Amino acid sequence: MRILCCVKRVPAPGAKINVTADGSDVDAAHLGFTTSPHEECGVEGAVQLREQHGGEVTVLTVGPPEAAEQLRYAASVGADHGVLIPGDGAWDPQRTAAVIGEAIDVLESEAKELFDLILFGNESADSGGFQVGVRVAHSLRRPIVNGIKGIEVSGDGSGTGTVTARRAIDGGFEVYELPRPCVLGVKEGLNLPRYPTMKGRLRSKKLEIRSLDIDAAQGGQRRIRLHRPPEQVSETVILGDGPDAAVAVVDVLEELGVL
Amino acid sequence: MLLVVLEHDRGALAEAAREALAFGRSLAEKMDEDLQAALIGSDDGALVAEAGDYGAEVVHTCVHEVLSDYGPDAHGAVLAQMVAELEPSAVLACGSDRGNEVMAQAAARLDAPFAANCVDVTPGSPWTMTRVQWGGSLLEDSSLEAEVALLTCGLHAVAAQPGDSVDADTEAFEADLDESHRVTVVKDRTVQEAGVTLPTAPVVCGGGRGVGSAEGFAQLEELAELLGGRVGCSRAVTNLGWRPHSDQVGQTGTRIAPEIYIASGISGAIQHWVGAMASKHILAINTDREANMVVKADWAVIADLHEVIPAIIAEVRNRKG
Ligand SMILES: Cc1cc2nc3c(=O)[nH]c(=O)nc-3n(C[C@H](O)[C@H](O)[C@H](O)COP(=O)(O)OP(=O)(O)OC[C@H]3O[C@@H](n4cnc5c(N)ncnc54)[C@H](O)[C@@H]3O)c2cc1C
Repeated sequence: MRILCCVKRVPAPGAKINVTADGSDVDAAHLGFTTSPHEECGVEGAVQLREQHGGEVTVLTVGPPEAAEQLRYAASVGADHGVLIPGDGAWDPQRTAAVIGEAIDVLESEAKELFDLILFGNESADSGGFQVGVRVAHSLRRPIVNGIKGIEVSGDGSGTGTVTARRAIDGGFEVYELPRPCVLGVKEGLNLPRYPTMKGRLRSKKLEIRSLDIDAAQGGQRRIRLHRPPEQVSETVILGDGPDAAVAVVDVLEELGVL
Repeated sequence: MLLVVLEHDRGALAEAAREALAFGRSLAEKMDEDLQAALIGSDDGALVAEAGDYGAEVVHTCVHEVLSDYGPDAHGAVLAQMVAELEPSAVLACGSDRGNEVMAQAAARLDAPFAANCVDVTPGSPWTMTRVQWGGSLLEDSSLEAEVALLTCGLHAVAAQPGDSVDADTEAFEADLDESHRVTVVKDRTVQEAGVTLPTAPVVCGGGRGVGSAEGFAQLEELAELLGGRVGCSRAVTNLGWRPHSDQVGQTGTRIAPEIYIASGISGAIQHWVGAMASKHILAINTDREANMVVKADWAVIADLHEVIPAIIAEVRNRKG
């Protein structure tokens, strides 16, 4: 089974997100970076499918050279190949989608085989555009469903057949059945991503990252500036510093009528 | 004309549709244009009338065999066809799972830009908008250069208030659909839980890394049960495998809105906070006076949660008699 998983490198802020003085971007000077959580589950899902059915997992990202880190992380948890398209995570969604669509064309024509399944995160953790996967699927003329938290494939997952996908709704699941090849937008909760093993870490160091130079025209959406919403300030009332505070806590619960 | 997408589930109007109508009413006013609505997969007069309660003059309804249940392809195709034929200046849905998905589907078909999760929109050339990023921790002012502005409004960006009520007209829309559009129609559904769910629970007892183990959550379970609430958790806890992801509160988890959120052993990282900030009241239990969760809470107990929670449980039992 040939699976492609598209991931995005994003900063990992703590208590608040700072913006650069000109508002053009998140101030990541003192921040670590990570893979967007939905996509981390996408990689795990792809690796699990490969473990069950054989085949290979390719991870692709559009980003700065440092995004190789996220590709190596994916390799450390089981991905086979990494593809980096030099670009900017702040590209507009139409441009990003056009670039990824063309990269998929290149990879598939080289291999003379289609990806049986392509995974995207439901939305990127930072810019939250909610559309790149859908645009790419449309350009490839393959079906896509978003919000997926469960995947099963018919047969050995390759060639014709189906992919059964579950989407969480309040209090339950919707089930979709897509013909292969197809695309899914996945959400965190699809699985519990594994941690890299020592062996995995060593293997990831040797990962040969394929660089693909592709660009596309700008789309119609432009960033003007980023800013933080007004902060909610509250005077915290300290009810105590030990078990004795329980009386005051339950007074509060009683006052709120939740007892 | 502004066209608002009426999200519904097998004929039941979604709260998201009411929010989109309320947001759309003020946007249509700013545009100085008509408010109309798109009802895809139903032509139920009750839904048309309700859209009228929010000021929609005309509701374009589309029924077809393929629209028997929700399907992103079929709904996206109909919406794109409506845009081509009705030529609205802008199209608005609510930024729910389905709303964002259908708008992305239509945008891909029309090869038009789409701005998701707007909290403020100014019509013009170009259009400008403020949209939510990082699940609500950050805002982006952006511009949209397009023949038709495709937009969703952030979930809960406005209250779903009716207004400017009119008798809405129904216009049947003939869509060009075939069996191929059935490809992503919902095939089946499973209902997992009934009763109080995390997004609707009146009390949420949240636990973070400070709880220390999966077993440590037994006390939070007990407290939640006593208060008719649900247990929530942080991503640290989900990643450690202590709780299922369905309990996770935050940007990539569930957004909660209880009367009170009791957050124990949770530092209050921004991605957790955006899922908890709609709580009416917050009580933090943490050993660290400076933890973000404590600073943002209404009340706090600065102590070891393993000592405080059992004492709260005992006190609740005591008062309940
Ligand atoms: C893109 C992205 C998305 C994310 N989405 C989410 C999300 O949806 N939800 C989410 O929760 N996180 C999310 N995170 C992770 C988030 O950044 C934090 O890492 C996480 O919320 C921390 O969890 P925590 O508060 O349990 O752990 P920690 O930050 O380790 O905090 C533990 C707290 O427990 C306190 N403590 C320790 N022992 C005790 C004790 N005995 N008694 C009382 N207090 C004690 C400590 O003082 C501390 O405040 C996301 C991160 C990224 C990058």
